[in-house]
Amino acid sequence: MGITNRKWEKAVELIFLFSALISVFSLAAITVYLFARGFPAIREIGAINFIFGMEWNPTADNPSYGIFPMIYASAASTAGAVILSVPVGLSAAVLLAAVAPSCLANLIRPCVDLLSSIPSVVYGYFGLTVIVPLISEYLGGPGNSLLAVIVLLAVMILPTIIKISENSLRAVPVEIIRGSYALGATKTETIFKVMIPAAGTGILSSIILGIGRAVGETMAVILVCGNAVQIPRSVLDMVRPMTANIALEMSYADPFHESALFGTGIVLFIFIAAVNIIINILSGRITGRNMSVQPVLKNRTEG
Amino acid sequence: MPSWRKYRDYAVKTLIWLFASAALGFLFWILSDLVVNGLPNISFDFITGEYNEYKGITGIAPMIVTTLWIISVTLIVSGIIGVSAAVYLAEYSKPGPTARLIRFALESLAGIPSIIYGLFGYVFFKNMLKLGFSILSASLTLAVMVLPFIIGSTEIALRNVNRLYRDGSLALGATKLYTVVNLILPCAAPRIITAMLLAVGRIAGETAAVYFTAGTVYRYPEGIMSSGRTLSVHIYMLAKETGNRNETYASALLLVIFISLIHFIVNAASRVINAEKI
Repeated sequence: MGITNRKWEKAVELIFLFSALISVFSLAAITVYLFARGFPAIREIGAINFIFGMEWNPTADNPSYGIFPMIYASAASTAGAVILSVPVGLSAAVLLAAVAPSCLANLIRPCVDLLSSIPSVVYGYFGLTVIVPLISEYLGGPGNSLLAVIVLLAVMILPTIIKISENSLRAVPVEIIRGSYALGATKTETIFKVMIPAAGTGILSSIILGIGRAVGETMAVILVCGNAVQIPRSVLDMVRPMTANIALEMSYADPFHESALFGTGIVLFIFIAAVNIIINILSGRITGRNMSVQPVLKNRTEG
Repeated sequence: MPSWRKYRDYAVKTLIWLFASAALGFLFWILSDLVVNGLPNISFDFITGEYNEYKGITGIAPMIVTTLWIISVTLIVSGIIGVSAAVYLAEYSKPGPTARLIRFALESLAGIPSIIYGLFGYVFFKNMLKLGFSILSASLTLAVMVLPFIIGSTEIALRNVNRLYRDGSLALGATKLYTVVNLILPCAAPRIITAMLLAVGRIAGETAAVYFTAGTVYRYPEGIMSSGRTLSVHIYMLAKETGNRNETYASALLLVIFISLIHFIVNAASRVINAEKI
């Protein structure tokens, strides 16, 4: 192998390394630019006034920039969507993984797969033409409401929750399932006391992904939320989550207003980071518990 | 078994069926709503015509062209960077701070919502690099967005290549680079290509990030520096501003058909690839 050859090898390796580092540069650039553009407005307004301010009126003569109602709307719609979607999605995952006959499960699975890839704007349009009129007709109010956002987001994160939970339920070792039956447990006892705890990490990560998607969802939410900046008195009131605020006002914002919108982006960014950190800590605990199950099982099967 | 436990078993099972049917029912409702309202409005003129809301022309051809442009440019950029990065992670990197940093960055990038990518693309590619509202701005933004997915799938594909091939090639005196380029990448190619196809689905469906970087102009793009409106942005604009049900449903159904076609191909291809057991 000649010297030039070795130099060439080294050069290409550096190119590969550089490509991999692009992800690091991108993350750094996203963070820096977001903060650089959003920070001036937050400093001028004051972080407390910005985050806890109740009034958002950037185009008034005496403009006010408080985003608390939007933080509230983002949190409430995400929490509502998760509460609605997890029990239903987990049931569907259990059905596909353990209860339904396999021919039925094989028929349903590709459909769930397809639904997880439908663009969010299509879900949003479904929400606008179907969910909103139904709410308006049967529950009253304008229809564009917190409830519409919750239902829409719940439906949107459903395929993710079903798919990932089902995969982790299927990955539960068959020995411990048979062990449970051998001890006289019924099917549902086995599902709830053995399979779901054993698949805990996977189910939790499906919920994290769902939360991430729900908090960050923008265009679909704009179509159904009504976009009024207020703390909703009931689920039938209009809301405006943080993402909607950014997308709706960017096109006509003056520089200071634009900076306040980037500030909204910063809060959203921190919000998502916080959710991820909290859930990472939680999942660390659950994984720790699973680890203690596995070695015992290994010894048994090997012995 | 005491009978109450048997009854509880039945009751819980019924509950599971009920909840699951609610979930699946809702999902089927969406699909059928799309097909019922969209299919009658798809026509040849609709697919090949131009769009002008003032003249009442409702074609979507320019949006399809823009979408295809953005998909191609994004795939070229993210494909080259993503595959090289995955080769580094799978073949060259040693466990250590560099690898950890890269993985941390990839995980974080995967969790950032598309609207933040939109803001970033707007400031960085559109304003800073002066690319304006253009296909290039949007494609570069989306390339960063799909990078974690492409790198992740490609790395798995590379690691799935049989260890023995690698060892054999090195034992025969081939260099590492020769082994990677002539042996490992070709073996992993089918899986890498299916990953790219799945990325196409995500690119085609993206709205928020494209809205901020490519703009909403509904003309045919003239090149990589033209602004344009993708199909998904078009659906958003129609839904938000015109309220014309028929064309919105038709556009939405076409987008969904395009993406499900990709999924169908990927599923069929994966079955073949897994059967071959490379």
